[in-house]
Amino acid sequence: MSDVVKIEDLVVRFATDEGSVLAVDGVSLAVGEREVLAIVGESGSGKTVTARAILGLLPETATTRGAVVLRGRDSSDGVDVLSLSPGQLRQVRGRDAAMVFQEPSAVLNPVYPIWWQIAEGLRAHGRLSRADARARAVEMLELVGIPDPTHRIDHFPHEFSGGQKQRIVIAMALALNPGLIIADEPTTALDVTVQAEILDLLRRLRDDFGSAIVLITHNMGVVADLADRVAVMYQGRVVEQAPVRQLFAVPQDAYTQRLLAAVPRVGAGHSQRDTPEPATANVVEAKRLVIQYPARFGSGGFTAVRGVDFHIHAGEVLGLVGESGSGKTTIGRAIAGLTPVTGGSLDVLGFEMNGVRERRFRAVRGDIGFVFQDPGTSFNPLLTIAECVAEPLIVHGRARTARDARARVDELLDAVQLPTVYGERFPHELSGGQRQRVSFARALALSPSLVVLDEPTSALDVSVQARVLELFGELQRQFGFAALFISHDLAVVDQLATRIAVMRNGEIIETGPNSQVLGSPQHAYTRRLLASLPVPDPDAQAERRDALRALGD
Amino acid sequence: MTAVPAKPRGTWLAKVPVLRELRQSVGVQRFMLLVGVIITLVYILVALLAPVIAPYRFNQLQDASGTFPGSAAPSATHLWGTTIAGYDVLSRTLYASQTALMAIVAAVIISLIIGVLLGLFSGYFGGPLDRILVVVCDAIYAFPSLLLAIVISIMLSRGQSSLWSGIMAAALSISVVYVPQYFRVVRSEVVRIKAEAYVESAKVIGAGNGRVLFVHVLRNSVRTLPLIITLNAVDAFETLAGLGFLGLGIEPSSAAEWGYDLQKAVSDVTAGIWWTALFPGLAIVLLALGISLLGEGLNDLADPRLRRRSAEANEAALELEA
Amino acid sequence: MAEKTHAASGGLIRYLVVRFLLIFPTIFILVTLVFFLMRVTGDPITASQGGRLPPDELAQRIHTAGYDQPIIVQYAQYLGQLLRGDFGTTYSDHQPITTVLTTYGTATLELAVYALVVAFIVGIPLGMLAAFIRDRWGDAVLRVLAILFYATPIFFSGLLLKLVFSIWLHVLPVAGRASTTVELKMQELSNPTGIYFIDALRTGDPAALPDVLQHAILPAVTLGLLTAGIFLRLVRTNVIGTLNTGYIDAARSRGVGEYRLVTRHAFRPALIPIITVIGLQIAMLLGGAVLTETTFEWNGLGYQLNHYLQARDFVAVQGIVALLAVIVAVVNFIVDIIAALIDPRVRY
Repeated sequence: MSDVVKIEDLVVRFATDEGSVLAVDGVSLAVGEREVLAIVGESGSGKTVTARAILGLLPETATTRGAVVLRGRDSSDGVDVLSLSPGQLRQVRGRDAAMVFQEPSAVLNPVYPIWWQIAEGLRAHGRLSRADARARAVEMLELVGIPDPTHRIDHFPHEFSGGQKQRIVIAMALALNPGLIIADEPTTALDVTVQAEILDLLRRLRDDFGSAIVLITHNMGVVADLADRVAVMYQGRVVEQAPVRQLFAVPQDAYTQRLLAAVPRVGAGHSQRDTPEPATANVVEAKRLVIQYPARFGSGGFTAVRGVDFHIHAGEVLGLVGESGSGKTTIGRAIAGLTPVTGGSLDVLGFEMNGVRERRFRAVRGDIGFVFQDPGTSFNPLLTIAECVAEPLIVHGRARTARDARARVDELLDAVQLPTVYGERFPHELSGGQRQRVSFARALALSPSLVVLDEPTSALDVSVQARVLELFGELQRQFGFAALFISHDLAVVDQLATRIAVMRNGEIIETGPNSQVLGSPQHAYTRRLLASLPVPDPDAQAERRDALRALGD
Repeated sequence: MTAVPAKPRGTWLAKVPVLRELRQSVGVQRFMLLVGVIITLVYILVALLAPVIAPYRFNQLQDASGTFPGSAAPSATHLWGTTIAGYDVLSRTLYASQTALMAIVAAVIISLIIGVLLGLFSGYFGGPLDRILVVVCDAIYAFPSLLLAIVISIMLSRGQSSLWSGIMAAALSISVVYVPQYFRVVRSEVVRIKAEAYVESAKVIGAGNGRVLFVHVLRNSVRTLPLIITLNAVDAFETLAGLGFLGLGIEPSSAAEWGYDLQKAVSDVTAGIWWTALFPGLAIVLLALGISLLGEGLNDLADPRLRRRSAEANEAALELEA
Repeated sequence: MAEKTHAASGGLIRYLVVRFLLIFPTIFILVTLVFFLMRVTGDPITASQGGRLPPDELAQRIHTAGYDQPIIVQYAQYLGQLLRGDFGTTYSDHQPITTVLTTYGTATLELAVYALVVAFIVGIPLGMLAAFIRDRWGDAVLRVLAILFYATPIFFSGLLLKLVFSIWLHVLPVAGRASTTVELKMQELSNPTGIYFIDALRTGDPAALPDVLQHAILPAVTLGLLTAGIFLRLVRTNVIGTLNTGYIDAARSRGVGEYRLVTRHAFRPALIPIITVIGLQIAMLLGGAVLTETTFEWNGLGYQLNHYLQARDFVAVQGIVALLAVIVAVVNFIVDIIAALIDPRVRY
């Protein structure tokens, strides 16, 4: 049997402002029929570039060498994609291999109905009447599980949910029944419960249609769930290739071992033992807290938080978990005074936030630190790192200029394990993990008694995340501040928090110590959330999949 | 911990705005930007050196050898011919670059300062005043600028202009049209930046509005302005010319101005006299082209989507490796 | 499902109503601006007649016209007039401004339509072409062409075209909207529309329409190329921006060809911002019409405006400008509605 695609010694370079960059450095891979090959790696490892090279979808600034031999469903001998003319390449795309992208809302054309977009892929490979195209679109939507397809094909992308959009993208990839589907981080933009459904759908493609799949992902849980074989990429090279069980059981390469060790696991953190609630006073206390966003032109007000009660003790880390739109970020913003409280009571460090005046609250701000989700946008691009870290010191009168504050800034950079010379650099000259350390330094500048962290590691690679989380744990023990740790990732929360509150649709549905919430969840949603989270172990994951299916029925 | 080498900062040349972009650019984009820069520089030089370069004064009607002939075709004594009134076309065309430059500088300074400040405060603080300003600016933005210029020119000069009232009429009327443009662009940038994490983190720290506005928001919100400044500059001197063409411009004895000369050339054209129209007209077109190329070039480089990188560098690197 | 559709269409209707109501503050702002700019430095009678009339007669005329009242009172009276649809009367020849509009507006409308046709035919395909061959030399040529189109002042491009085609080559008429014989024939019609394209057909003279169209070519090209340059640049930038989006990449990954990506997949999403700007350009066309009509003696609103400017009749100038403000506000309203109807995210 021959391979569906065979990559031989692929080299890809990009021209950039800083000169030529080697993105893929001699990669050789092969995918057999009905096989799911996962390419795993962190950002910049070259996994996406490798996958896109299969369809010749590289930008003009790229130059390639090597061979990518793609075999069509019917032809027995393959063609080298890299040597095709643009016209021939167009023939191959969609027919022999098709792609599923990361961000479903970005890959659907907002101004055309769904059926038209599905039909475009078909029309590119042969004449087709309007009626046939529509019939085919209905068929495809039905296949990927969109209810009421005859009616829905006339809808526009914005009328579908995120998970449905990803199903539509998969339907488009399937339209010509290509032998190979390339899925580039297909579930990264989705909530964990939706992710489980999309992974099931991809599994069905292989089982029912015999498609081979190249799965690009950074998530080891997703790999364990779906892959047959795994290739681990690091700095443009494949460092290890192995069947999935073997890779997880006995990783050979040092990088693979580090990567697997860095993956946070539910049950590996504070949930291992019962941690009693500390007897200290509350730094934050919410009673029937309601937060409503004001009505805007053309839409009514939106209630993000609907009457929640919770508290954080001094020195305690509370984990706040929920999917997108659950209201968890809104609560964090309200504690920092970024979003006004509209009902109930929220007491922060002795200040009632309902109706608080910014002028009075400003003095308290020095006692609250905040770490934002995206380290890329949380620094003024025109200020140096030292100036950014010095800002709270200047604002609260501890220093007159950034130069005065330099001694303290160096101390802080040291505390977050960054060389002090980084103070002279600009934010864009640092990596994501380094910037998030600087975020910690800035948040801790005034030794606050409360820190709010809004998904501080969700934009980071696994190994970087592991180091940042570890650093946060150390800092918290050292300085003893209380923290609200907001995350969608139960495993991450288990590592740092001692108590967890689970949010859904603006309500806290369950709260308690880690061992209780993660060990014996009371609420059905918490159970589903836990079961949807793929674990980095193929056998355990297969069991969990069945358990999730049982939950659903 | 790995050692961190001192970062090379590059020479000061790399930091001069337009030069920096020229160094970054490649291929077609570099060529267009370069042409724009050269044309613009040539006009600035001509404006500064007009008294030295021009054979006669802009309002000179005779010299030692007698009164200039009217409507004379290009010749050795009058390289670009003379107008019906006997002015030397070459001299007036060269001198008019001074007038154009003054109109550009005045218009850009006035509209830039007012527009940016209004946009900054309005976008940052929001509220009813912001909403009113948005409606007012949208209304003015949608209105033909020449009509406003006519009205303002009537207000300022009641129809006849000296050098300064003519220039100020053009500058002010262009400002009335361009303040809304700067306002819209800066305001929308401010509204976007206001929600950026670095502004929110400054607020969380407790920074006051003044600090947030001037340290964090202002400098980050003016990055898209070069293109509008160049559009503003082109419209400034073309409006001056448009007013001149409608007879609302500067008297020929107080300054040279391309639009006025073109108005006088309308009847010449019907008589087949081409030189009085062609040269001032070409002067306008060339300056407009130069400034526009400069603006588009800077805009291309500021927008990563439009930016080009060389693919040749790539090929070379691959060859070296092999 | 039905309920959702209902609620969504309510969104569109609310948008239509709010956008419609916005016309009134827009007109109010422009009219107020023009009023105060015109009056802040003095009354229009002094401006036009000052120095030509003895002081006491001047004062008498100012008093009769009410220009000696406080400016706020005059402003209130002016607004009252406008509400009744009265834009004033010209000072020099005592024509109601609304009559000036109905008499000469059709000529400007006709010119604007011709110019738009030229702008669409030239600007949009060239813009798509430039986006298609972006960053090659052909694209650079098209971009320079666009700049030349929109940055060349109308009164110069008009003169140049006139010099070449009318004076040197003698293939097109120098000025006017029709030859005298055709003009006379059209005047004999019972209620002429004022739109020469239609009137020429109605004369039944086979030579009339070609004559009228010949006269229209140079003004239409002059004004049209200006707008075409702006369209070219706009279409190019927006299509290139759209070509960089994920959905173009996704369509490419399914084998859709580059030509179709530009003309179908990228063009329609790019069209929404383009239409809004096109609306603004139609307003700007009116400004350009003043210069075009003056250059080609095309007897429309712009030509009349220039005529009253030369006669120093600032009452007429103010009236015509205020009237154009109303037209601009209405045109922009219509264009915004079209843009909203094209965008499914607004339409639902």
